Amino acid sequence: MQIYLPIAEMSVNVFLLLGMGGGVGFLSGLFGVGGGFLMTPLLIFIGVPPAVAVGTEANQIVASSVSGVLAHWGRGNVDFKMGFVLLLGGFVGSTLGVLLFSFLREVGQIDLVISLSYVVFLGIIGALMFSEGVRTMRRRKSAPTQRRKLHQHTWIHGLPLKMRFRRSKLYISALMPLSIGFLVGVLSAIMGVGGGFIMVPAMIYLLGMPTSVVIGTSLFQIIFVTANVTFLQAYANQTVDVVLALLLLTGAVIGAQFGARAGARLQGEELRVLLALMVLAVCAKLFYDLLITPGDLYSLGITR
Amino acid sequence: MNRRFVRFAVLSVAVLTLSASSRADTLVADLSQHLVGITTGFAGADVLLFGAVEGHGDVVVITRGPERPAVMHRKSRILGVWVNTASMTFDRVPSFYGVASSRPLEEIAPATVLARHEMGVERLRLALARAKASPNVAAEWRDGLLRNFQRAGLYANSVRNVTFLGNRLFRTRISLPANVPTGIYQVQVFLLVEGRVVSAQTTPLSVSKIGGEAVVYDFAYAQPAIYGLIAIALALVAGWLAHLAFRKA
Repeated sequence: MQIYLPIAEMSVNVFLLLGMGGGVGFLSGLFGVGGGFLMTPLLIFIGVPPAVAVGTEANQIVASSVSGVLAHWGRGNVDFKMGFVLLLGGFVGSTLGVLLFSFLREVGQIDLVISLSYVVFLGIIGALMFSEGVRTMRRRKSAPTQRRKLHQHTWIHGLPLKMRFRRSKLYISALMPLSIGFLVGVLSAIMGVGGGFIMVPAMIYLLGMPTSVVIGTSLFQIIFVTANVTFLQAYANQTVDVVLALLLLTGAVIGAQFGARAGARLQGEELRVLLALMVLAVCAKLFYDLLITPGDLYSLGITR
Repeated sequence: MNRRFVRFAVLSVAVLTLSASSRADTLVADLSQHLVGITTGFAGADVLLFGAVEGHGDVVVITRGPERPAVMHRKSRILGVWVNTASMTFDRVPSFYGVASSRPLEEIAPATVLARHEMGVERLRLALARAKASPNVAAEWRDGLLRNFQRAGLYANSVRNVTFLGNRLFRTRISLPANVPTGIYQVQVFLLVEGRVVSAQTTPLSVSKIGGEAVVYDFAYAQPAIYGLIAIALALVAGWLAHLAFRKA
């Protein structure tokens, strides 16, 4: 059954979209990630214009983050103060990101920048997660784990504008979460992701937040940043396809339920290694596409 | 479908009697529909063109979409990665081009006639905005543009058949793909005798979004701020509903 997407201006099979939503939803439920970094490239692969893929995916992530954050809120796993500081940076970053996006689209470099951003960030995060996961799996087999220190003091703790974050048991400079929020905001606008896959490691390794509050807080600020991206993409570029977003969402909601159940049966480290492999696979595919000689050196830019 | 056929039959008879009565009208043609509506279930459409000619001759049908500027990019390799390094703007390019003829074009008319009426994709006159490119380079840009439109299914890859039913009645099909651009199309019908165009007729064909698709699209462009807010509101409600569903499960 074909459906015509009004903003993407193309006809797509409904079941393909529901299936994509379901598949990515399953993985996001399994691994506890947003799935934007998988969905946006997939949409581009099936022929959705990159600009529409990015704008629409931001819209879908708003919904999936809301349902996620409500669950974490119930368990008290959201550091609202940290969340507000992050989203302050995120607002500025994502606004700048959408402007940058419009500019790059105008000069015909947006596809390249999207692909390069994916290759660089998926490559780094995938490699880090993979090595971390493998190391933990080995350690678990050989020796009893050492207790980690709460956090280590580095130059980061010498920065001014210190703030106390009770829920995260941190006393750090507000500049750190502000700039992390800013960077992830820019990427969110350009890559069509929530940015959880960058935000979560950054919160754990750079800020030293306790793992229990990381996901809830990250989801909390993602809602606002992706809502901002959705609004600005719709306002400035008219690239948010509500019909597409709702179809993907329906599949994703159902898929995530099954994913979460399957995830309960797997070990944390194994999950992390699996996720890392998937991230690296997407990265490798995009990188390969940049390297091989394209079938046609000439391509059509934006028309309108 | 049935009604369309009846209409075709009735009109064909009308066309026949009409063309028989007046000798000046050597060519009459019409479309089975003048409006192609893009609805939710739109997956492309076929429009039937039929008509009649006076005496013997060949018929060529050209369908052109509304003209628009087109920006082309060319890639080259930088540090191993393929990057868009040059771009060129074409002032006016038909957003759709289809061609049909009763015999191979080259057998119907000499190259000059074919070129004058832009019969065949390769004979489209595409004007470059800046005349700074040398003829060779300009030709490469032009070929690149044709290839891109052909890949998208918007320019014809081959010449369709115009079928004669007897000596005077003819028909052909205009196939519009699912990604067809909206606007007013021009369907040009030429009658050629001994390599010369003796009669021609142009019929408009409108392609537009109708129903829910049109509402969403128009609203997104007319009220982008409110559209954005509604998109966010929908996502918030959907997320909340999903949360309720999760909690029960």
